[in-house]
Amino acid sequence: MLTLKDLGKACLIALWFVVLTFPLMVIKVNPIDRIITWRWHNMLWVGLGSFLCYLAGRIWLARRDVRLRRIRQGLAEEKPPLSRRILQNPAIWRPLLAAGVLFFLAFPALFSTYQTNIMITALMYVVLGLGLNIVVGVAGLLDLGYVAFYAVGAYAYALLNLHFGLGFWTVLPIGGLLAATFGILLGFPVLRLRGDYLAIVTLGFGEIIRLILENWNEFSHGPSGISNIPRPGLFGIQMSLDQSITYLYYLMIGMVTFTIFVVNRLQNSRIGRAWFALREDEIACQAMGIDKTRTKLTAFALGATWAGMVGVIFAAKTTFVNPASFTFLESAIILCIVVLGGMGSIVGVIIAALVLILLPEYLRAFSEYRMLVFGAVLVVMMVFRPQGIVANIRKTYQVEEK
Amino acid sequence: MDYFVELFFSGLTRGSIYALIALGYTMVYGIIGLINFAHGEIYMIGAFTALIVSTVLSIMGFPLPAIIILTALAAAIWASAYGYTVEKLAYRPLRNAPRLSPLISAIGMSMFLQNYVLLAQTPDFLPFPALIPDFAFMERFAGVIGSSDLVILITTTVIMILLTLLIKFTRTGKAMRATAQDRTMAMLVGINVDHVISVTFILGSALAAIGGMLIASHIGQINFYIGFIAGIKAFTAAVLGGIGSIPGAVLGSFILGLTESFATGYVSSDYEDVFAFSLLVLILIFRPSGLLGKATIEKV
Amino acid sequence: MKPLLEVKGLSMDFGGIRALDHLDLRVNQGEIVALIGPNGAGKTTFFNCLTGLYRPTAGELLLTPPGGRTKRLGGLKPNLVTRQGLARTFQNIRLFPNMTVLENVMIGRHCRTRAKVLGAIFRDRRTRKEEKEIVAASLSILKELGLSDVINEFAKNLPYGAQRRLEIARALATDPLILLLDEPAAGMNPQETRELDELICRIRDKGLSILLIEHDMKLVMSLSDHIFVMDYGRKIAEGTPDEIRTDPAVIKAYLGEDMDDA
Repeated sequence: MLTLKDLGKACLIALWFVVLTFPLMVIKVNPIDRIITWRWHNMLWVGLGSFLCYLAGRIWLARRDVRLRRIRQGLAEEKPPLSRRILQNPAIWRPLLAAGVLFFLAFPALFSTYQTNIMITALMYVVLGLGLNIVVGVAGLLDLGYVAFYAVGAYAYALLNLHFGLGFWTVLPIGGLLAATFGILLGFPVLRLRGDYLAIVTLGFGEIIRLILENWNEFSHGPSGISNIPRPGLFGIQMSLDQSITYLYYLMIGMVTFTIFVVNRLQNSRIGRAWFALREDEIACQAMGIDKTRTKLTAFALGATWAGMVGVIFAAKTTFVNPASFTFLESAIILCIVVLGGMGSIVGVIIAALVLILLPEYLRAFSEYRMLVFGAVLVVMMVFRPQGIVANIRKTYQVEEK
Repeated sequence: MDYFVELFFSGLTRGSIYALIALGYTMVYGIIGLINFAHGEIYMIGAFTALIVSTVLSIMGFPLPAIIILTALAAAIWASAYGYTVEKLAYRPLRNAPRLSPLISAIGMSMFLQNYVLLAQTPDFLPFPALIPDFAFMERFAGVIGSSDLVILITTTVIMILLTLLIKFTRTGKAMRATAQDRTMAMLVGINVDHVISVTFILGSALAAIGGMLIASHIGQINFYIGFIAGIKAFTAAVLGGIGSIPGAVLGSFILGLTESFATGYVSSDYEDVFAFSLLVLILIFRPSGLLGKATIEKV
Repeated sequence: MKPLLEVKGLSMDFGGIRALDHLDLRVNQGEIVALIGPNGAGKTTFFNCLTGLYRPTAGELLLTPPGGRTKRLGGLKPNLVTRQGLARTFQNIRLFPNMTVLENVMIGRHCRTRAKVLGAIFRDRRTRKEEKEIVAASLSILKELGLSDVINEFAKNLPYGAQRRLEIARALATDPLILLLDEPAAGMNPQETRELDELICRIRDKGLSILLIEHDMKLVMSLSDHIFVMDYGRKIAEGTPDEIRTDPAVIKAYLGEDMDDA
């Protein structure tokens, strides 16, 4: 499958990357003490890495071409992807689902508090991913300031609790509504903009919110943040730390279930179809009688609602908020979850969130490279598999014979 | 009055650096309609390359003028190579994909490059040795305009004149303008569009690298994150002037540089970045075609 | 009686270029009206103005539903124009490629239905009933257009002719008074064109009016009750097919030698 020419090209590419990365990878300077450290071994890694990556990409493309050619010539059947075969066969997915549900319900009993805590974080990202999925995956609006709505929720709980003593359960819906309000306020002027401008404006908005939180000391207590936020209560029962983490875990499980239920229903509704259509072709969508602005606004506001609610939970979980938790990188991570999972695909987003959040926690050696890998994931997915790991599946209908 | 003049010149300096970066954004947008998110990172890589090369050369005992020239060359060459590679890896395969795909890819590339520099070099701020000495004849203007401000202003003016000449009169420049107007037509009349796009990325990256080197030497420190903010601000400038328009990018950059300088000088420096971001949001909402850009009607 | 659609003095400028110049046009209830003219004459621009995608520089667009009051369409957003009863297809097919055939048609029902976010989440009785109606209406339209076998296929996987029909189906789902077809026969083979001819007649027989842009002269001449001819954004002739066939201005501007052959 690989010709000598391919190997030659791989060598050339390896050489290119060795030269390209030479100053940054090999030389390290200390300008004050005037010391140079030469790290020659890095050349080897870069060369070998790019050599292998090129060959892997080459083989992948060659195999795809062969398969496509065979399908076109009628020699092979177009196989539905694995994910679809699993999801469309109840005999496979039902036991898988049951096992998954059991595993998640039993998790706090099986694992330590520390593990449970990590899982809570992962579940929060599941909900954030599903929320952003409405905006980016379903409606096709690239929102790079999603974390702003998350911050709105978190600060809503922190501040309302601090000033008015409001409890977790009161603020949970308030946080969601507040975030939705922010979404509408921002969305109203910006949703008329073209897709790429929208991305930049939302990015700008996210940064504005963070910078305001950082600088407006009287309001948000500045960079030092707000601490001593109470954990969620349960009819005033006193709980130990372990118990309250377990409680939070099940609360999160409930939240995830609720989100899946709502998002699923939304996607298969009149509104959901309009969102998908908007992503596919805005002009045709308008010509079919869909109010573009209003449809975008509902998607934007609903997505924000989820971020707001998770924000409240986040504040309750860490009992502390400060602006550093709401940087652009956070938005990028959530975007990465949606892109990796598959735009508009609920199952895909859940899997992607669990993988992307849990993997770096358990592979400590890998955690340093987390953001590097997230960036690479975005590029690689767009180039090789834009539909994500689990492509979105459309509902099918039967014609009723009469 | 002196304070006003000082702020004015510092605004010009800022503006000219933004212009060097904004030109890359605007040229790329003009040709392939993509907001090249990774452009700020190219600028940051330019600054890092400059720091590394200048330190190595200075330890090896080169004289200052040689260091400056070689550093500028090295920064421009390596940044161009990065720009070229990024385009080939992350954007070229997505030439015909839906509009959001290259944008997401660009965001990914930006994160990747940021963390690549973080891991390969350092997460901390590095001091950047001042490359530009204090000229004796500038002493009488001390407190109003520094030597490095002067050098930055002169360098950027020269670069911009060269760029304008290149785009107006050379074959490549004409091919670039043709491709920006209509890519399919350019292809039909025999212009190698892939080549033109590569050249655009290379030029833009080289400009950004020079900008990175100048500002790093001016401010005196760099870290892996400088590209993000600088990138957004330069993008703001490009949009302010009308994205896709080269004079627009320059005009927008100076307006942004001056307003920022006066706002931080007379109001407060806490909200410096908020100010730029708000400006960006406001322009995009009220005049998305910018000052010199043309409003377009979407073809149906 | 007032015509169903009346266009008075419609003009459209792009920068300094006048794409449409004081165009007058009328469509009566139950008529098939064709709009012809050389490429670049401004026919699609006319459609875009009519459906609200472009905002015309000047002129009036009046729609008078049978037994209803006259409404102005000028300045309305595209979705509201569709709601008033103008539905269109596009010259270069604009389906929702990654949605199923049925879903494409269901989108057409959007402007005639009302379910909101809360309805979608709680699925109350009214929402369920409405959803059922959407599916039933869409299925019956698809059946009529011979697409019943492919309702669960992605739109992008349909053959070209079927995609054209699906676009018409989607437009019909909006319950229009007037159907605007932008070159529906483009790229079709003679067999498909004949079927299209019959289809358009069937749609007309159900009481819809049709405004058609088309280059296939045989189709235009056989179908139309009335023909408008455009060139350089202006109307240069109008009349019945027989009148157009012999109009010297038309022959000169557009039909030219084709007519000598005919």
